[in-house]
Amino acid sequence: MSISRRNFLAAAALPVALAAPRISHAQAGAGRVVIIGGGFGGASAARFARDNFPALDVTLIERSRSFSTCPYGNLVLAGRRDMNSITFGYEKLAARGVRVVHQSVVAVDAAAKQVRLAGGAQIPYDRLIMSPGIDLRWGAIEGYDEAESERMPHGWVPSLQPISLLRRQLEAMPDGGNFIMVIPDNPFRCPPGPYERISMVADYLKRAKPRSKLIALDAKNGFSKQPLFQDAWAELYPGIIEWRGASSDGRVMRVNAAAMEVETEFGEKLKGAVVNVIPPQMAAKIARDAGLANQSGWCPIKPATMESTQVEGIHVLGDATIAAPMPKSGFVASSHAKHAVACIAASLAGRAPPAATFFNTCYSHVGPDYGISIVGVFRSGPNGFAEVEGSGGVSPRNAAMTAERRKEQRQLEALYADGWYQSITDEMFG
Amino acid sequence: MHLKITLCFLFLTATPAFAQAADTPLLIGGCQGCHGASGQGAQGIPSIKANHSRDEFIAIMRAFGANERPATVMGRISRGYTPDQIALLAAHYARPQ
Repeated sequence: MSISRRNFLAAAALPVALAAPRISHAQAGAGRVVIIGGGFGGASAARFARDNFPALDVTLIERSRSFSTCPYGNLVLAGRRDMNSITFGYEKLAARGVRVVHQSVVAVDAAAKQVRLAGGAQIPYDRLIMSPGIDLRWGAIEGYDEAESERMPHGWVPSLQPISLLRRQLEAMPDGGNFIMVIPDNPFRCPPGPYERISMVADYLKRAKPRSKLIALDAKNGFSKQPLFQDAWAELYPGIIEWRGASSDGRVMRVNAAAMEVETEFGEKLKGAVVNVIPPQMAAKIARDAGLANQSGWCPIKPATMESTQVEGIHVLGDATIAAPMPKSGFVASSHAKHAVACIAASLAGRAPPAATFFNTCYSHVGPDYGISIVGVFRSGPNGFAEVEGSGGVSPRNAAMTAERRKEQRQLEALYADGWYQSITDEMFG
Repeated sequence: MHLKITLCFLFLTATPAFAQAADTPLLIGGCQGCHGASGQGAQGIPSIKANHSRDEFIAIMRAFGANERPATVMGRISRGYTPDQIALLAAHYARPQ
């Protein structure tokens, strides 16, 4: 349909639309956008749509009334933040004109373009955005299921288990007890997250339990910002952290939660006073049920528009997607969200999608006044996403800087991490 | 290598499309994540809102990209933008002219 014909039809429909509740349909580019999931992707999409595309009618469906972020959860674990400071409500988004519905989605009917809620209501849409987040693969590590995760917390999906459970276990741990961490292979939510967690737990142990050790058992041989983390661990936490990669028998195959024991690939058994298991992951159930995930458990998307390659009319965002080399981070989910909303608005107005540029800035706290980062700028190509040549990368290593500059760089990045957190959460929930 | 060539080609062909209305709100997303919704800054992150003329803004971004201006993250970030994109950012964040 040409734009002029669309405008003509829209104008002809105006008197009828005035009498109907969906008045916005009369405007060029109008349409009903339904967003499932109120995390970094979904909340950013709702805010961006409201701020930039007034002709869009925006509904956000999120089962929880509050949202605790994954970012800064590790600081709660270290006792440097409290839960309140990382928990947000949806009132401000509602006040901005987003229709916020706190119900579970039981089914997505892509053919009829509607979403069925647990209460029985059907929500119709013109375009659907799904920012579903992740599920944990229970049983992928033998013996590790949802029930056992009470004894061996994951602390990785705040809607399933608040980080406060692991915090309580860490506080109750006797001085001299071992804290064991089990870390999965790629891909998983927040690539630097486990290593920030190692740092923050070590920070707590150094202060509160100086006789304790942290043993990190990793299913892979390398990780995000690895040289920076390991430089910092040697500098700040000598003798506290032992990290073992896959080639040093770091892969954990099974756990025995009753015995607080984990077993590695080559059969070594280790007991922990506290055991934190971050298991392998996949796209959340709602996305898998809607047919958005492929055999990998993650959701393939069209790089130009974030639309599912498997189900027409559904844009998928954030951690659930296959979007490498972009990491599964909150900033990236927010960047996905804005692009998807702009593509939807363009499509409803009969225009081509805008050029795609995506951003990521991921800070990690490794100690007091000691922050490091990885940044990336990405574009869509015909076959996927690519980082812009020459851009991005990690903070400089210690050896690359004078002692004075090193101190300043780490301090500033810790400060900027706090600023990033304030800015991005304000944008979503403020 | 194939990907690099494709990307260069994309940069060239993408330029005219940057006149679209959605581009500025999308592009500033990379800034807003840290500098705040209107560029006001937060917790030590500097304000970038109406501090400079367009020419100064562009010169600062170029200096970051060339490692000629001290930076924590901005050198790494600024190299991800095309000159056209930096001009759009300057038009958005610079002092009114």
